[in-house]
Amino acid sequence: MSALLSSLRSLLLLELVRGMGLTLWSMFTGRRVTVNYPYEKGVLSPRFRGEHALRRYATGEERCIACKLCEAICPAQAITIEAEPREDGSRRTTRYDIDMTKCIYCGYCQEACPVDAIVQGPNYEFSTETRAELYYNKDKLLDNGDRWEHLIAANIAQDAAYR
Amino acid sequence: MIDLFLTVVWPALKILLTILVVIVPVILGVAYMTLAERKVIAAAQFRHGPNVVGPFGVLQPWADALKLMFKEVILPAGANKVVFFLAPMLTFALAMLAWAVMPITENFAIADINLGLLYLFAISSLGVYGVIMSGWASNSKYPFLGALRSAAQMVSYEVSMGLIIITVVITVGAGGFNLGNIVEAQRGLWFAIPHFPMFVVFFISALAETNRAPFDLPEGESELVAGYFLEYSSMQFALFFLGEYANILLMSAMTVTLFLGGYLAPFDVWFLGDVWMQPIWFVLKTSFIAFVFLWVRATVPRYRYDQLMRLGWKVFLPLSLFWVVLTSGVIVGFGL
Repeated sequence: MSALLSSLRSLLLLELVRGMGLTLWSMFTGRRVTVNYPYEKGVLSPRFRGEHALRRYATGEERCIACKLCEAICPAQAITIEAEPREDGSRRTTRYDIDMTKCIYCGYCQEACPVDAIVQGPNYEFSTETRAELYYNKDKLLDNGDRWEHLIAANIAQDAAYR
Repeated sequence: MIDLFLTVVWPALKILLTILVVIVPVILGVAYMTLAERKVIAAAQFRHGPNVVGPFGVLQPWADALKLMFKEVILPAGANKVVFFLAPMLTFALAMLAWAVMPITENFAIADINLGLLYLFAISSLGVYGVIMSGWASNSKYPFLGALRSAAQMVSYEVSMGLIIITVVITVGAGGFNLGNIVEAQRGLWFAIPHFPMFVVFFISALAETNRAPFDLPEGESELVAGYFLEYSSMQFALFFLGEYANILLMSAMTVTLFLGGYLAPFDVWFLGDVWMQPIWFVLKTSFIAFVFLWVRATVPRYRYDQLMRLGWKVFLPLSLFWVVLTSGVIVGFGL
């Protein structure tokens, strides 16, 4: 009897009709969950690890002291640093390159940094037309720092309570 | 000179114009079918669908067409050149050819032939050649497997479709192979009502025939990447794509003609039954069935291959055969 019932049910396509009803209903609810990307953007966490930036102190002095901890910890070996003492005797980088095509955005560099110099900012829209543009040098990174400082500083302040 | 014009050029021109009157709306319909599909599925999944190119994305098909036209034509190494180029043309041409017999109003069809239904059935069966040719000529494993599956599937479901067509022809009686006669026989009662189970079976077979979800195994993304047109690019791909959607529209039009009273008005009041309204009814009904194609795709997951074959041979074939016997029994028994 139950076999008969179940075969009757599948013959009458009852489950299919119910499923079709559900999709028809969802078509006309008017509910839309799309984030209309170029015009609308999703909310980012303050810990979001996006494009890299080298920060400066409020005086304009660059924070990086060329300790090379980030270079050492980088699992993808994307960072290359060369350093020598400046005229005033402080140790500074002469070269700070990040190969963005190697970077895996793990965030170890900003965790390793003792002076909060290298950070990963909230920018994720930095696609380029050529590969060469993704080999970032010190100028590019400092420029990123200047451009995104207000957001980076706000994010660090917001996240400080959990560190 | 005038004589030549009147006897040769003018009739040819007239035929060409008649063809254009049908084919241009079909191609436009196909273009907008792709947009409608994306919009309908998006709506079912709470998304927007294309909405950037033009208001509500209405220019999206043109953007897609432009993109495809400017892509590079790639000929895979080891492909059979002639057959490879021929296959998409064949698919597209066959999908367009079938519209010749479709009755759009009670006194207009490009070719009002007596075996219109047989012609339609024959042309849609030939569609399998485009698939087989592309799968074989690509000289690649995925398209080959996709083509084999597709051919097996189309052949299997054609059997029950043929039986359903016989049912309809028996019901119409004399002259039943002429599509115009079939539609005229439905004045008063659409065949979808007495033959409701066959209407459903025919629609599901049409899904299988056009390789649509839930029977889209030939292009099963997870195992065959794209099926038989995997190696195609540019305009050749577009031809396959257009052919596929033209086939969907064709199958919808066929369902409408056989079961939903073709160009007839659902209620013959006021001006609604007039001849000039008939193409509008035809388009509306066809669009509705085409919408159901999309609606099914938004709802149902893909069949497994053995389930597909079981459904075709063990469920639909006996069912439609039984219905043929029942229909002829009723007609003979009651002397209709």
